[in-house]
Amino acid sequence: MVVYALIIINKAGGLIYQRDFAEGLNKLSINDYLVLAGTFHGVHAISTRLNPLHSSTARSSTDSRPEPPSGIEVLETENFRLQCFSTLTGTKFLLFTEPDQPNVDAIIRRIYELYADYVMKNPFYQIEMPIRCEVFDRRLGQYLRPLNSR
Amino acid sequence: MASSQPAKPPLIGQPSSAQRGSQPGLRYPASGKTIYHRPLNRSRTQELSQASFAYLFGEMVSYAQKRVTGIQDLEKRLNTQGHPIGLKLLDLLLYREPPRTQTRPLHIIALLQFITTILWKHLFSRPADALEKSSNPETPDEYMISDNEPLVNQYISVPKEMNQLNCAAFVAGIIEGVCDGSGFPARVTAHSVGKGEEGELWPGKTVFLVKFQPEVVEREAYLGRT
Repeated sequence: MVVYALIIINKAGGLIYQRDFAEGLNKLSINDYLVLAGTFHGVHAISTRLNPLHSSTARSSTDSRPEPPSGIEVLETENFRLQCFSTLTGTKFLLFTEPDQPNVDAIIRRIYELYADYVMKNPFYQIEMPIRCEVFDRRLGQYLRPLNSR
Repeated sequence: MASSQPAKPPLIGQPSSAQRGSQPGLRYPASGKTIYHRPLNRSRTQELSQASFAYLFGEMVSYAQKRVTGIQDLEKRLNTQGHPIGLKLLDLLLYREPPRTQTRPLHIIALLQFITTILWKHLFSRPADALEKSSNPETPDEYMISDNEPLVNQYISVPKEMNQLNCAAFVAGIIEGVCDGSGFPARVTAHSVGKGEEGELWPGKTVFLVKFQPEVVEREAYLGRT
């Protein structure tokens, strides 16, 4: 059970956070990470358009808002699995794990919680800008280190 | 203007324009009861959402950050925001004490114990972690209150270029307000003492340095002799 890396992409497709937690993935240059984030953002946007529309009867019968099309959720290779969690505001969390890592949903939600607490409530963080929050880094490490050493 | 719309009754809770003119920005509920009419003990055990406080405090820091010249100026502004809260809390918390202990603190130690226990419990639901007197014989007027993890700083990461800043200056302002209000004028400042090392137990540990004015120490010495 290994969580390799986390990437956070803002709603414009810019990379705002990248961190490795374990060996296993090749290191890319910072430029390549930016390209990866931008490319994934584009492909994700296209995939939301490909998604068939919800049936019109379901939409008109309920007064609740329809679920937005989700786009790419999982991308799997032989060596890793990439899970994407897109928030309602369009921020994307990409988590690279081993292919058989269980409960990725729960992990990614917990990371979102940490982001909501230690990034969004920090008065020195400028929204949509790269995340440089010491406490966020620390809490993330505290949460993921025990998971990786299990 | 009232004559132009004679049939329309004024909306409940909305002051007429004459009232609005005399008290800009202040609105009174239709019943005339403001929070000052409520019993003072009603909200004693009520708790607030920490998330909403965190957002409010974040905005207070951002507001204080506008048009400041430096970190000291910013800390001064946060301190000023806390000061009136301390003045008011002193009265409120003493009022809520049982009648026998309602007297104001008369000695420095009694005052500091009031701050570290009663004030701290009211604000953060726990007492402060330590209260020390400065061991330096040249500064007998300095006392230190430490808090291992200040609640106001819980979600705040100060950027590297401002590492002198500690947003708990706001709490220092509250302490200063309590000291000033009880007749022990003092300067209170907040200092981070965490070293920023990996695996540190309390990375956000903060020390509030309370420096009393010389006349306070002088009076204390006189009181001690009699």
